[in-house]
Amino acid sequence: MTADGTEQTRSAESAAAPSGRVVRVRIKRQEPLEPGQKKPAVRWEEFALPYQPLLNVHSLLMLIQRNPVNAAGKPTSAAVWEYNCLEGVCGSCGMVINGKGRLACTTLVDQLTQPITLEPMGTFPVVRDLVVDRTRLFDSFKKVKAWVPIDGTYPLGPGPKSAPDSQQERYLLSTCIACGICLEVCPNVGAQSPFVGAAAINQVRLFNEHPTGKMHADQRLQALMEEGGIAYCGNAQNCVQACPKGIPLTESIAAVNGQVNRLAWRKLFRK
Amino acid sequence: MPARPQVIIVGGGLAGLSAAIKIIERGLPIQLFSIVPVRRSHSVCAQGGINAAINQKGENDSPAKHFDETIFGGDFLANQQPVKDMCEAAPDIIFLLDRMGVPFNRTPEGNLDFRRFGGTMYSRTAFAGATTGQQLLYALDEQVRRGEDDGLVEKFEGWEFISVVRDDGGACKGIVAQHRTTLEIRAFPADVVILATGGCGLIFGKSTNSQVNTGTAASAVYRQGAIYANGEFIQVHPTAMAGEDKLRLMSESIRGEGGRVWTYKDGKPWYFLEEWYPAYGNLVPRDIATRAIFKICTELGLGIDGDNLVYLDISHLPDDLLEAKLGGVLDIYEKFTGLDPKNVPMRVFPAVHYSMGGLWVDYDQMTNIPGLFAVGEVDFQYHGANRLGANSLLSCIHGGFATGPKAVEYAQGLRTRVSDLPERQFRQEVSRRQEESDALFRQDGDENPYLLHKELGEWMTKNVTVIRYNDRLRETDQKIQELIARFRHIRLPDNHRVANQALFFTRELWNMLELARVITLGALRRNESRGAHYKPEFPERNDADWLHTTLARWTPEGPSFDREPVDLTYIPPRPRRYDVDSAAGVVQKAAAAPANDPTQASHLPARPATQPERATATRP
Repeated sequence: MTADGTEQTRSAESAAAPSGRVVRVRIKRQEPLEPGQKKPAVRWEEFALPYQPLLNVHSLLMLIQRNPVNAAGKPTSAAVWEYNCLEGVCGSCGMVINGKGRLACTTLVDQLTQPITLEPMGTFPVVRDLVVDRTRLFDSFKKVKAWVPIDGTYPLGPGPKSAPDSQQERYLLSTCIACGICLEVCPNVGAQSPFVGAAAINQVRLFNEHPTGKMHADQRLQALMEEGGIAYCGNAQNCVQACPKGIPLTESIAAVNGQVNRLAWRKLFRK
Repeated sequence: MPARPQVIIVGGGLAGLSAAIKIIERGLPIQLFSIVPVRRSHSVCAQGGINAAINQKGENDSPAKHFDETIFGGDFLANQQPVKDMCEAAPDIIFLLDRMGVPFNRTPEGNLDFRRFGGTMYSRTAFAGATTGQQLLYALDEQVRRGEDDGLVEKFEGWEFISVVRDDGGACKGIVAQHRTTLEIRAFPADVVILATGGCGLIFGKSTNSQVNTGTAASAVYRQGAIYANGEFIQVHPTAMAGEDKLRLMSESIRGEGGRVWTYKDGKPWYFLEEWYPAYGNLVPRDIATRAIFKICTELGLGIDGDNLVYLDISHLPDDLLEAKLGGVLDIYEKFTGLDPKNVPMRVFPAVHYSMGGLWVDYDQMTNIPGLFAVGEVDFQYHGANRLGANSLLSCIHGGFATGPKAVEYAQGLRTRVSDLPERQFRQEVSRRQEESDALFRQDGDENPYLLHKELGEWMTKNVTVIRYNDRLRETDQKIQELIARFRHIRLPDNHRVANQALFFTRELWNMLELARVITLGALRRNESRGAHYKPEFPERNDADWLHTTLARWTPEGPSFDREPVDLTYIPPRPRRYDVDSAAGVVQKAAAAPANDPTQASHLPARPATQPERATATRP
């Protein structure tokens, strides 16, 4: 793979536009498994794209859609990746950019050294190119019952009062965009491990702080005491550094860990 | 006793999820289709807030005033009964969302906080920081996930809607969809289908919309016989930041919290909105603010450094207020420019934002195709000729809550269930769509769908947005027909049979081209100015000739237009002015706000009434 990449780097220079700056991007391309194939075919493909100030990584991929020609000047297929809002709030475009889990829309070319490398988040099954299947993340929200169990949608008057400080805290926890980057950077999450990861634990803290949600706190904590629960956290603290929304994930893990321990004690004495 | 009805909802934004919640609450299962995981739907982008006249601030606000201002803000084009129902339902909706756990900002006493928004003098907008849409979407997503956990919701995320299936009598009996990874095309039978597929901003190339907002589903059913109403009414939001890939919204809530719009004139800051509109100042409705900024930049040549930009300034506001109430949107600006708006005024310009028009629906939210309902931005129901800020989240949720039960009622009233229907219709529709899909793979030529889309967007943005001239509208329609002809020469930039995004985009592009004609020709026909639709050649609203809903039907030769009268049951039309406080027509607002409220723009020195946006605009 490396040799292949080096070779393509050389050809990139010859393909550079005659005038103006060029952005060099290397994309890890992966096709889905063909029948009978054991390992997916993975290759690196390099592109030389016209530079503009304030370009984001998303725009680079758009340029390839409009002109799917690689740095060697050969026609290729447009790379595929997930995208939607392009402003860092839908969580679609999580990928590994220059070795780090980031969002393609809010990562600017000017902040990156070149060639820029784009890879799928390897923690999740790769669908094709940069598209991954993040079902396990959404399933984990189900597992920890990340909702307020309201009685019904009929009118029941105002909700519970809430102190402004507590609202501010819950709001921050509730800005999680389910991008999956915290799982990508965690050494304890992966195909081999059932660990739910920081995002789901943060949801438990969020709903256990809500005045109604906390009435059912034990159900959520119970889910985290099972296989793949909070005990799998190895305290690497990568999640909090990588979170594109600045959510204090390690604080959430510590807070929920305390709640889990207290529940374990209560259960012990109840026996 | 027939079996339980089969219900399909297409779209998992606020409208689709709201409809889903009301249906599963009755113990009925639903199938929910979405291009993206529903938690990533475009509702997530809404920033400023959601309106409800709860009168939390002692201003003597009421749903009646909310109703009046919504009708007035929409320049009297909205049918009044549904708008009245929406404004009356709003307080209970906010309370319910609060009970679901939405972290709405709070007053010191722990009550819901409210802020001001455009087109009103009242603090009527509940908010969760500046990412209210995200927080509302998550709350509804969580309730639907709970329904999924209970076995009542079956999600089909990653399936893209292609068409509806109609029976011999024309009723909608299900959908055909394609999986975005496997490319499998399959029919899904249903007794009733709810489309909640959002707006069509992508027709304008770059907009504030998310990339799924192509209007493809609306256009597809329009081609299958659904009526599209008021397509020419496109909201252009006054404040967005430019970008290569999209135009990022800088929320109206920035002005709601005290942000000011200005540019330099004679070397000094000129707060032109405050000068031209002393009553509402920076909080005039969006169409008014947008035309004012256009006048500044294109007519007076007073944009920043001669560019199409003006300042949006919050540098005078306290940091803690900005952090608690606007953090989310200020972050976006900082991330993409590297500049901190707390210190440096933001540079903004108008951008296509919202479609007031959409699929025609009756008061039960059903389209003219029996069994096909539409709700959310994809319908035309609530906003007339211009939408007031923070009314869209409300219309999505209220609309969804209304649609869910009505759709069930319709399905339960049917004599037969879809399961009794022969498979023939489904097979035919699937093979037709499969053939269309295969044909796109076979097409050979030198056109690229993404470049054709860029060209469409540039034409639409230039000629079919803020200021419209009939000759340019005609040229634009010619151009769209040229693009339709060139579409046949598209070669897909990807020929793989797995996760082929270009295939989906190319089909969406065809649907965008069809809908672009509805928008452009609708604008060409309407020779008046009303709300977001402004023609310098016809600068006044003309109720005698044009107080009508535009109806477009698909024909092979292009859209065929018709009209229907507007429901004016409650509020008679009156002139729409924002330089004086004339909005509160039915209810005088004199005693509404405390006299010492410094945010009341009416305390600014009165100036001669002017309507600059209706002044004689010279063609650039």
